[in-house]
Amino acid sequence: MNLVTETFKNTNPTLPGEENYSTLNLGPTHPATHGIFQNVMTMDGERIVRSEPTIGYIHRAFEKIAERRPYYQITPLTDRLNYCSAPINNIGWHMTVEKLIQADIPKRIQYLRVILMELARVTDHLICNSVLAVDTGALTGFIYLFEYRELAYEIYEEVCGARLTTNMGRIGGFERDFTPAAWSKLEKFLKGFPIALKEFEKLIMRNRIFMDRTIGVGEITAKDALNYSFSGPNLRATGVDYDVRVMNPYSSYQDFDFKIPVGENGDTYDRFMVRQREMWESLSIIRQAIDKLPEGPFHATIPKHYLPPKEEVYNNMEALIYHFKIVMGESDVPKGEVYHCVEGANGELGFYLISDGGRTPYRLQFRRPCFIYYQAYPEMIKGSTISDAILTMSSMNVIAGELDA
Amino acid sequence: METLTSDIKVVAKPEGLEGTGFFATSLDKVVGLARKNSIWPLPFATSCCGIEFMATMAAHYDLARFGSERLSFSPRQADLLMVMGTIAKKMGPVLRQVYEQMAEPRWVIAVGACASSGGIFDTYSVLQGIDRIIPVDVYVPGCPPRPEQIIDGILHIQRLVETESLRRRDSQEYKDMLNKYGIE
Amino acid sequence: MTDLATDRTVSFLNEKFGDAILGQETQYDFHVVTVMPSHLIDILKELYSNPEFSYQYLTTLAGIHYPLDQKMAVMYQLHSLTSNQRLRIKIYISDDQPTAPSITSIFKAANWLERETYDFYGIVFEGHPDLRRILNVDDMIFFPMRKEFPLEDQTREDKEDEMFGR
Repeated sequence: MNLVTETFKNTNPTLPGEENYSTLNLGPTHPATHGIFQNVMTMDGERIVRSEPTIGYIHRAFEKIAERRPYYQITPLTDRLNYCSAPINNIGWHMTVEKLIQADIPKRIQYLRVILMELARVTDHLICNSVLAVDTGALTGFIYLFEYRELAYEIYEEVCGARLTTNMGRIGGFERDFTPAAWSKLEKFLKGFPIALKEFEKLIMRNRIFMDRTIGVGEITAKDALNYSFSGPNLRATGVDYDVRVMNPYSSYQDFDFKIPVGENGDTYDRFMVRQREMWESLSIIRQAIDKLPEGPFHATIPKHYLPPKEEVYNNMEALIYHFKIVMGESDVPKGEVYHCVEGANGELGFYLISDGGRTPYRLQFRRPCFIYYQAYPEMIKGSTISDAILTMSSMNVIAGELDA
Repeated sequence: METLTSDIKVVAKPEGLEGTGFFATSLDKVVGLARKNSIWPLPFATSCCGIEFMATMAAHYDLARFGSERLSFSPRQADLLMVMGTIAKKMGPVLRQVYEQMAEPRWVIAVGACASSGGIFDTYSVLQGIDRIIPVDVYVPGCPPRPEQIIDGILHIQRLVETESLRRRDSQEYKDMLNKYGIE
Repeated sequence: MTDLATDRTVSFLNEKFGDAILGQETQYDFHVVTVMPSHLIDILKELYSNPEFSYQYLTTLAGIHYPLDQKMAVMYQLHSLTSNQRLRIKIYISDDQPTAPSITSIFKAANWLERETYDFYGIVFEGHPDLRRILNVDDMIFFPMRKEFPLEDQTREDKEDEMFGR
């Protein structure tokens, strides 16, 4: 008997009263689970009676690694949390460190960060919605929308050099200003994506089959959702309009005019619709940010944490010392504990950082929205069929990197 | 009326003796040709490299051009195990079981730095490379590798598939290698 | 996040719970209140149900290890959505066989968060319905996030420590 079957038996004992029920293992490797997590379901025929999730199949010990790395080296780790929208994680981390060192960030940088974060949010929602459509059988929407994700990758490449795990920006701003190519690609995206999104909506949004499959599936009430600490689109689909961008504005979000879409029933269709509407709002925010973009430097004046330009390093003693200290990871950081949260694509992504004045954090905890709301999954699928359970999981946008960290 | 010309390249026929109504060549060339252009991959996508795989399968960098149109999620029907992403120690037995369930001939490609050697995660919970538990044919480095690199890895696999001897899976050398991993 | 309303919360707690409140401070923009572990559940229940404060959203829960003081801490971060106030509550427990009360009766979200803290630090939460490991392998005997535990897998032989600067 091999290890997997043994573990299966041990983690799923049959409770009294369930002798006639069958067990189905929606295993870690499954085409429909987007990421690796396991659900052992006790089924009464076609209906799910109880389900037991197991996670940790991609636990990479981020919090332990972070205790070993200087502050700017933690950015590539944050990329790999919610890897579909890596810029949001990166910028959130940089803002946490800037809060710790009490740095003043110029307006231009804040607006550029808003553009990148909203672009990342659009790309994450488009994956979630198109893959939800794929799970109901509609592959076309995925193929159409993924083209625009490629265009977004090109924009990321112009800004930071990488496609997916971006390591975008620096503590204090960006490493270079946006190139003209980045602006023209952004314009191309803003011109072409609304057309594709409208086509996707025409295909899926009022489609009889899609609506029948998603309305009333995986419902959760607002009271339960708040008790399970839901956040992000999953919470807004239940009717609670909690959005970190509005409640605790960061990076000049208060300058922009946008609505918060809110659902009614908290079912799969509402989650889909909330994400769909959020994509439109994000496009409008990007347009406002481009129109109102102020002039200014592309990095803050924090010589202790932002690398000085190379000419100064070669000619100026102070710049040389700063360069050395930053690269070696020996920059001075004040002692204290700080918590900063941003509105990630899945909800409130928080960074709790305790610094003891040393070169690496003393403790860093990532408040990962996926991990917290996935707990409610067994309750949401109780009594539904397997196909409904799959759709509920898809619509909750569970990303394995964020679940396990 | 103009004849339509297409610039789609079709696979060339192997060397052989040709005549009216017959074509003679060696069996392994034909089998290699057939196998090479119809690989059914099993995407074992765990993390970020899985999203780059989705980009490779999408319309821009189409992997289906190379014959991998049908992804098989069942190991019994798959030829190529594409391990994309970090494999944690908790996932190791699952990967091993999936590999053992595949039927011969089977190939393994390790996509990404995490699958090849543990990547940036040199920690207690991450398996430092999947070649600790299963034999690997091609490694694709990158974090994550660009879709062009993944396609390059698949082309390497195709070269391996084409030139493989038909008796390799029964040979003593192959059996010794499997024994080294503890796979019967 | 720090303003008069959270100050009012802190003074209310000081009045009502007196000696259970061991200390308070302000860290950047949060009020941090240190309480006695035995009174934690009462304090949280009061903050939950009091209509003036209604801290009904648990943002996060983390464990921290201080080996030099031989202590562990558990940090709870609460958020009141009606008045947009945030509060941080900490409890300190001893390093050796640490136990803490479980708040799953108040916040269902604490279920997995406490399991994660148990998995990383070994803090046993009394009253938790299902306390077992969540992220690491089930048969692990040590608690990896404790400071004395090394990051790297000690049994690997392909990475030489001198080359990696360790």
